[in-house]
Amino acid sequence: MTAYRQHIPLFWWLRQWSYLVFVLRELSSVFVAWFVVYLLMLVSAIGDGTYADFQAWSGHGWVLVLNVVALAFLLLHAVTWFALAPRAMVVPHVPPWVVLVAHYLAWIVLSAGVAWVVLLR
Amino acid sequence: MSTITMEVTRYRPGEDSEPTVQSYEVPLRKEWAVLDGLNHIKDHLDGTLSYRWSCRMGICGSCGMTVNGRPVLSCASFLVDYAPGPVRVEPLRNFPVIRDLVVDISDFMEKLPRVKPWLIADPPEEGEFLQTPEEMDEYKKYSMCINCMLCYSACPVYALEPEFLGPAAIALGQRYNLDSRDHGAEDRRDVLASAEGAWACTFVGECSTACPKGVDPAGAIQRYKLTAAVAAMKDFLMPRGARR
Amino acid sequence: MKRSPEPLVWLAFSGGGMAAALLVPVLLFLFGLAFPLGWIEPPSEEHLVALVRHPITKLVLFGLCALGLFHFAHRFRYTLYDGLKLKRFAVLIAAVCYGAAVVGSVASAIVLLSV
Repeated sequence: MTAYRQHIPLFWWLRQWSYLVFVLRELSSVFVAWFVVYLLMLVSAIGDGTYADFQAWSGHGWVLVLNVVALAFLLLHAVTWFALAPRAMVVPHVPPWVVLVAHYLAWIVLSAGVAWVVLLR
Repeated sequence: MSTITMEVTRYRPGEDSEPTVQSYEVPLRKEWAVLDGLNHIKDHLDGTLSYRWSCRMGICGSCGMTVNGRPVLSCASFLVDYAPGPVRVEPLRNFPVIRDLVVDISDFMEKLPRVKPWLIADPPEEGEFLQTPEEMDEYKKYSMCINCMLCYSACPVYALEPEFLGPAAIALGQRYNLDSRDHGAEDRRDVLASAEGAWACTFVGECSTACPKGVDPAGAIQRYKLTAAVAAMKDFLMPRGARR
Repeated sequence: MKRSPEPLVWLAFSGGGMAAALLVPVLLFLFGLAFPLGWIEPPSEEHLVALVRHPITKLVLFGLCALGLFHFAHRFRYTLYDGLKLKRFAVLIAAVCYGAAVVGSVASAIVLLSV
């Protein structure tokens, strides 16, 4: 049989908006890795007593731009992650929207907790 | 009477090296689905056009096509929604094209029975299997699948990795796994929890968007991943434990 | 029977995804934007030193780093497979991605223990 096999372009995810969003969501993982690097640099600067230098460096234009982009991707990650969570985690007798709201509540509480611990004087 | 242009993919095996596009003017009637437009072409304009269809009411699952880039049932997509046109009608993506809009579905037909989509259970001692409405709700959503393969057409993982078991087959496996009468989850695990099974899915989610029956295969697959991961951890912690 | 090693890496990916979603936005906002730009007065150095030397902080940060790196490794591996059609290099890509996560986790432990 001489069936025709349809070709898939290399950048198939540019064909459709939803595929592009998927690839961007997956690329958020690169910025998770960047954050780990940034966090470890911060921690070692605090340990070495060079926190002032780190702060000066983190105020450089390109570092700020990188962190703005990273934050945007991390927010994309968080929103898409919480949106998908109720579909993977099916809790008996609990409707999916409750699971979704619980994730957002946990996000708010933990973010406030982290900010409180960091900013506590 | 107003008309709409349908741009239909043609492929004649043995004659064409690749598909071509042919345009037809068809009447634009508000009650006409894309399939009615194709039937008009076949009956009045060009009898050589080939495509599959049967029930015209969204249950046989045979008239799936790519319309304006999206996988849809052509009997459930109305021409007026694509007005003023043109309407681009292509065969389902990710399947080999046999002729015009007809695709080769043998890969799917081979994969489907691999998940053992039937009840694996000893018959009850007497009477029939009993099930509460709550128990039925556990799997009812996944039982709505009509095997139309729109989810395979929407899935980029299946496009890139034809070995992937695919959305409908995994969702159907879950349909039986979650059935209170069934005891076959362990039998299905080798297939569902293989590298070509649920683990190949990256949760693009387009299968659930494409599904005309609200099955949510993407959700079924993620749910199965969680189940399979927990089961694998149990095996790891209790190697010869209480597995059936 | 042949079982896939995927459950283990998937659990690490999921744990990392959850940890990153819950904790990274606030940390990145504070230390990456709010403090460098002076939107919020940064905490004193003594407070930060005391904070990172606390064993609970070390444990949480190590968990976040290690799981976050495995989350990255797993997701990026599939992005390369599918996004750039590189499945033919699957073994090499998996080795590099998870290898980087293991090395990064060890490095995180060293950094956190030496503070």
